[in-house]
Amino acid sequence: MSIVEVGTKACAVNPLKTSPALGGALAFLGIERSLPLLHGSQGCTAFALVLLVRHFREAIPLQTTAMSELSTILGGADNVEQAIGNIYERAKPRLIGLCSTALTETRDEDVRGDLRALMVRHPEWRDLSVVYAPTPDFAGSLEVGWASAVQAMIDALVEDGRRMPVRGLVNLLPASYMTPGDVEAIRDVVESFGLSPIVLPDLSRSLDGHVPETYVPTTLGGTPVEQVARMGASQLTLAIGEHMRGAAEALERRSGVPFKVFDRLTGLEAFDGFVETLMEVSGRPAPARLRRERSRLVDAMLDGHFFFTGRTAAVAAEPDLLVAVSRFLDEMGCRTVAAVTTMKTPAAVAVPCESVVVGDLDDLACLVPPGECDLVIANAHGEAAAAAIGAPLHRMGFPVFDRLGTAHRVSVGYRGTRELLFEIGNLLIDHQPDHRPYLRRDREVSIDAETVNA
Amino acid sequence: MLKQRIADAFDEPGCAANRAKSEVDRKRGCSPRSLVPGAAAGGCAFDGAKIALQPITDAAHLVHGPIACEGNGWDSRHAATSGPELYRTGLTTDMSELDIIHGGEKRLYRAIREVAGRHRPAAIFVYVTCVPSLIGDDVETVCDAAAERFGLPVIPVDAPGFVGSKNLGNKLAGQVLLDRVVGTREPARTTPFDINIIGEYNVAGEMWQILPLLERLGLRVLASITGDARYHEVACAHRARVNMVVCSQAMVSFARAMEDRYGIPYFEGSFYGISDTSAALREMARLLVERGAPATLIPHTEALIAEEEPVAWRRIAPYRERLRGKRVLLYTGGVKSWSVVSALQDVGMTVIGTSVRKSTEDDKERIKGLMGEDAALYGQIPAKDLYRMLAAGEADILMSGGRTQFVALKTKTPWLDINQERHHAYAGYDGMVALVRQIDAAIHHSVWRQVRRRAPWDGDRDGDGR
Ligand code: SF4
Repeated sequence: MSIVEVGTKACAVNPLKTSPALGGALAFLGIERSLPLLHGSQGCTAFALVLLVRHFREAIPLQTTAMSELSTILGGADNVEQAIGNIYERAKPRLIGLCSTALTETRDEDVRGDLRALMVRHPEWRDLSVVYAPTPDFAGSLEVGWASAVQAMIDALVEDGRRMPVRGLVNLLPASYMTPGDVEAIRDVVESFGLSPIVLPDLSRSLDGHVPETYVPTTLGGTPVEQVARMGASQLTLAIGEHMRGAAEALERRSGVPFKVFDRLTGLEAFDGFVETLMEVSGRPAPARLRRERSRLVDAMLDGHFFFTGRTAAVAAEPDLLVAVSRFLDEMGCRTVAAVTTMKTPAAVAVPCESVVVGDLDDLACLVPPGECDLVIANAHGEAAAAAIGAPLHRMGFPVFDRLGTAHRVSVGYRGTRELLFEIGNLLIDHQPDHRPYLRRDREVSIDAETVNA
Repeated sequence: MLKQRIADAFDEPGCAANRAKSEVDRKRGCSPRSLVPGAAAGGCAFDGAKIALQPITDAAHLVHGPIACEGNGWDSRHAATSGPELYRTGLTTDMSELDIIHGGEKRLYRAIREVAGRHRPAAIFVYVTCVPSLIGDDVETVCDAAAERFGLPVIPVDAPGFVGSKNLGNKLAGQVLLDRVVGTREPARTTPFDINIIGEYNVAGEMWQILPLLERLGLRVLASITGDARYHEVACAHRARVNMVVCSQAMVSFARAMEDRYGIPYFEGSFYGISDTSAALREMARLLVERGAPATLIPHTEALIAEEEPVAWRRIAPYRERLRGKRVLLYTGGVKSWSVVSALQDVGMTVIGTSVRKSTEDDKERIKGLMGEDAALYGQIPAKDLYRMLAAGEADILMSGGRTQFVALKTKTPWLDINQERHHAYAGYDGMVALVRQIDAAIHHSVWRQVRRRAPWDGDRDGDGR
């Protein structure tokens, strides 16, 4: 249990945060034939785009309403209309995910109202869904924007009203920090119980680095809008990370689908809970393959715990990733001595560290008592902090632009936990504390050596 | 505050052209390149201003705004430093909702105090982004007060993103340097060989490919604006004898203003390609001699060129045969494309098209001269068209920036990074050799045969699967 403190600095130094609008856009990228659109000036889109491209090493569809100074002041409805019109003409997407930015939120536009009017005025956009997610930059970080976009999709796309639950149908709401590889791993496990998950959003089918046969101006792969519409017919919603609770609740309100929030899927005990739930919903025993994976994880933990024991880590991550990582480290015997996150959330108190600071990567370096940290876990920006601390950096979170295969790394489930354990364990093995040699002065020396040294 | 700004905005662009516009058009303002919502690409003015100033390595670069501007953008370029690392530190006021409601001035002042106290920078550049501009934060007054109080230059850079493109931001940054930095300090000594290099940002360390050449000629770069620069040097830039503008249309107006103000002649040149490098050195020498450097500088320069050129050609020779007739598609906004075009032609490659997004009419004429009248000059190539061209095998290699990298790679076409994010340095004689080597390595890479193979289940295994 920890106390969450908000830093008092006026200036963020080496920010840990990225913008909520980026998180919103990322969520929309997990829908088939979708195209996220940031409602703001073109620069906001350009920065977000460059960062997404660097992280995923993929071409990313992302557009801007290209607000100028004047259109900002006078109101952006025209720009939204033109942007949708142009995108519709050019790319024929099934979904446009409109994310606000600080700029348009400061102006306090009634985007929802404007959108309604627009859709009435343009009957030709019948086969297009436009979903609006408020993602102002001044409130929160990527995680918040992701959650906001998922909730917005539920509100806008899921068919109204209660329906007879379809046997075997479940909803999966992945956490913002889950890689395409993570999502795929969890979906496989869910399916191995004979369940059919609707994954909202599903990056494992859109940002998994496949090489398509032709050029597609929208996302290629991801969950179809029509499937999202059917989420109300599921037996249960599985939400990963505290930040997905709001979206799960929204779905329950809308269609009466009960939900379970799992604070994390990393770690043996944590994933056991998830598996128990799957056993309950499906009424089936765990498949042999999963049992074997669990057993392998147990073995890895037995082999690995020596190298974690007594070691210390500094972790900077968004709240729910911070919870997942620091609790896993704790279970392996590695203490988190410094924890930094992006905002105050109820989840962060679960971090096993005396205090969690809402701050930046510079805070992380300052929080570590000198010489008392064996490992740093942060996004790729954490390099400077790791250098200052003098410990190796294990990259997690967003962005990670200086590693290959970021999208395919798995750190959830039995298998993913084992992989994470190996990666971190090997770093710790590489950086064992030095043995301090004791130099004896009373050692017998041969006369020859003495004369040579003289 | 906002209301007043709204009123101003209605009144302000009072030009006849603007009044004649429809309301919708007027809202779009007079931005140089009118941006099409839903079909725009490219960075904002703030981005451009920061690209131009951030390479001043001993200064702090503080971004005043909510998290998007700096949180998504910092630490993404490779302007290299030979010393201070401070410029790399991401600094932002990360404005909250409260700051926006009450105004961000207090927070900004405190932020400046923290940066001044903790990092002891040579100066602080404060970038105004869209939101503080919209709510009317008086950043200039805050900066002036802070400068006085903390005893260091605190320079407002008023280039919020929504005023225009990256290019405009470059220009605004130049204006800031003119108004607030250049001419504020005096160098300890001056020589008849002092020059400024303008618009070279030391991306991937390209300055360091040029400096040894200049040193051999006895030339001194008084100020590099702004690659691997120190604040003090930029402040002394007005004492140089000659300005060279490298590959930057945006900074030409800066050089022109320095000519007006300080009588420093300038020329536009490029260090891309062997002939352009030599031409730049010659022009530099000529102008310096005109301004009082000893006339021996000219034969010195010729001697250096006579020594360097054949060496470079000899090193390139093995590649010429392998690259002859290979078709390049050049798609860049950063470097002056004519310079790269001529460099590639020098080694016998065919440039099938080039982008002229940031080129002036002069540049375009030059490119036409080089490539012939029916040269394909592109503005913005939509990703779809780019994909089609590459998939159809119209080019053997795409040279572009990171944004189009993955369009090229998905068509299994060789790609070479020549933008801000590149890791290799291509300037001067050595740089040209490196460029040719990289192009050759990209085109003839063994990976192409592998990735273009058809899958076992597609039959006809050796076919061209792209
Ligand atoms: S457009 Fe404005 S708000 Fe967006 S990144 Fe540029 S300066 Fe920041």
